[in-house]
Amino acid sequence: MTKEQALITYATRMGDNAIVMAQRLSEWVGHGPELEEEMAMANFALDYVGQARMFFSYAGELDGNGRNEDEICFLRDGWDYGNVLLLEQPNGDFGETIARLVLFETFYSLQLEALASSPARKLAEIAACAIRESTYHIRHASHWLIRLGDGTDESHRRVQHAIDRLWTYTGELFEADQVDRIMQAEWEGPDLTALREQWHRQIDALLSKATLQKPADGWMDSGGKQGHHSEHLGYILAEMQSLQRTYPGANW
Amino acid sequence: MAAQRKTLEASAWEILEQIPDPEIPVLSIVDLGIVRSVEVDGAKVTVGVAPTYSGCPATEVIEDSVVKSLQSGGIDRVSVRRVLSPPWTSDWISDRGREKLREYGIAPPEKGAARGKMLGDTIIAERIVACPRCGTENTRKISEFGSTACKASYKCNECLEPFEYFKCI
Repeated sequence: MTKEQALITYATRMGDNAIVMAQRLSEWVGHGPELEEEMAMANFALDYVGQARMFFSYAGELDGNGRNEDEICFLRDGWDYGNVLLLEQPNGDFGETIARLVLFETFYSLQLEALASSPARKLAEIAACAIRESTYHIRHASHWLIRLGDGTDESHRRVQHAIDRLWTYTGELFEADQVDRIMQAEWEGPDLTALREQWHRQIDALLSKATLQKPADGWMDSGGKQGHHSEHLGYILAEMQSLQRTYPGANW
Repeated sequence: MAAQRKTLEASAWEILEQIPDPEIPVLSIVDLGIVRSVEVDGAKVTVGVAPTYSGCPATEVIEDSVVKSLQSGGIDRVSVRRVLSPPWTSDWISDRGREKLREYGIAPPEKGAARGKMLGDTIIAERIVACPRCGTENTRKISEFGSTACKASYKCNECLEPFEYFKCI
């Protein structure tokens, strides 16, 4: 794999993470526990859609086959999607959605910080834009994690359960494959081992503030980056892609 | 020739200063700080525009209105270049823009607070937002999220008016 191919795959995976997260968050529209949180989830989803568009457009420019953001987003199948498994898991209750946001965004903001100084200039610029949003997503989700964890017995029990259930998908975030290794060596991409330590430190601090227990690292599920997904991704794509699949090239 | 180029650039800026932000029409896109450059090459004008939030639905509307406004102002050959770096933050809003926001009833963002780290202990800290109508700092947040991605909803505890706050980002 050349360093250019690695960069294209990496940018596409970043877009895949963003668009799958956007899709999951937007499922809260019309179902939020309160209007304000529904707007929050919709706002976050919108940020992720914007980020996904930038990553996909960039991947399209790099590979030079004339693919635009829509083709990359709407005309690839599940095995071509490289999002991590954590993001395609169903929303669960509001606490579980918040738990996922905290677990992922803490990783994502560290990843973006590292990429913001990459010599892949456009990728660095997109990362610098996305950090702005990531920062306030973490802030909001952390508020809620503390409120729910340190709230009633019921909210504590449920959000602890969510952290326990999602924990098995967090190992994949730090599992470097060939693409990650080339990114680190050639494009100053993040060192996932070092990033994992930072992530644990931040998560430890937050969980203790939320009076939640950190689960032990047990068996970790993975494969999403390489296109081996859980059964959930297919449904997400079926819904998201139905229009372009039915009317290819539709535009408005 | 140089004088003519200067004139074209100046008249492009004049027109750009009249283009309202579609979501906060009291601000022009120049006040908002998203017009980064005007480059003149012969009769061709290229405007560098920075997007605000990544997913802001107004981005394309703004780019479209830049082209249309300049063209109806007599500048025919116009293109828009999207500028990502340095990223737009609320610090790019001009002082005049902040004053316009306040007069309009939207509390402007504080300067310099945009990229402050909010992790760790500061995470529970709430910003103090002054009421744009009566000026008191005795206000409370109703919702971090409001009518657009960039605004939060607040209420004044003294004059009891609800108001919007342009968030720091």
